[in-house]
Amino acid sequence: MNSFQNAQRGALASIPMIIGGIPFGLLFGSLAAANDLSIWFAVAMSSIVFAGSAQFVALGLIAADAPLWVIILTTFVVNLRHILYAADLLRYVRHLPLKLRLLMGFGLIDETYAAVRPMYDMGSADKSNGHQVYIGSFLSFYLMWNITTIMGVLAGEFIPGLSEWGLEFAMVATFIGIVTPYLKSTPYWGAFAVAVVCSVVFRDMPNQMGLIVATLLAVATGYLLDTKASNKKAKEPARV
Amino acid sequence: MSNVELLLIVVGMFLVTYGIRVTLFVGANRAEMPEWLDKALKFVPVSVLTAIIAPMALTNDNGLAVSLLNPWFVGALAALITGLVFKRQLLTISIGVVVFFLMKMVTGN
Repeated sequence: MNSFQNAQRGALASIPMIIGGIPFGLLFGSLAAANDLSIWFAVAMSSIVFAGSAQFVALGLIAADAPLWVIILTTFVVNLRHILYAADLLRYVRHLPLKLRLLMGFGLIDETYAAVRPMYDMGSADKSNGHQVYIGSFLSFYLMWNITTIMGVLAGEFIPGLSEWGLEFAMVATFIGIVTPYLKSTPYWGAFAVAVVCSVVFRDMPNQMGLIVATLLAVATGYLLDTKASNKKAKEPARV
Repeated sequence: MSNVELLLIVVGMFLVTYGIRVTLFVGANRAEMPEWLDKALKFVPVSVLTAIIAPMALTNDNGLAVSLLNPWFVGALAALITGLVFKRQLLTISIGVVVFFLMKMVTGN
């Protein structure tokens, strides 16, 4: 398979999430317009910052006349989870030239991580072609995000009832489709259960801190159960 | 807000966002990952993706919404069961989305 076909596979794997992202892009553009922000600002946010949830939070803070440092600090907190993605992907990118890693860092969003990371586990991406799959995923999402931002601004005002269409459910279904193949052993089930309970319990924490806390607790749970299981295995007498 | 302020917001947000995403990648060729961390990180996909969607599926503006009348919950449940039984991603997504929109039509929510 050549690099274009690999990029195509990445884009294909991202389609459900691209559809799920459309209302958010439209909403971002229309909210920016509703707050009397220029089209240049909206486009600069989507094309340069490229950070979905942080962009929405920033709009709210701008509307509330928050100072610059608050906006930047909040952006930092909202995007913290991306450190986990980067750490998890290190093993698949460390052999790549710096230029590619710089580009991939720019495209490290929830959707691309969600679409591409499991492909390494399932064998449909590896060290030789994974970056091409990754770039195909993030470029197709980037294109959608910027086009819908512009459309949202041009539509001028809040698109009526857009948030009630439920297109975002595509993302929920996709993430479930990604998560379920992992649920084969106790440690993964443990991480899953803790993530469900904690994300719901902590959902009202500000700036998506609840998401980060729930994720860390779930990862710790999975790790501890895993360590316990392998210790147990080590203690069992070896069968020869 | 002035244009200068808006420009500073874009630049500042870009710097922290890109900084978070790229820092580890830049040092990737040198970084040595301790073994325990490597083992822990394999739980990141399940943990973070679940934590993102669970509140969408299980709550609404009024709090917990674990109800057969909540299309988000029923659609997610249908997708979960399909995924666990068949382990086919496209089927999981399709069934989840179809059930969700059917439920939306039926319940009018």
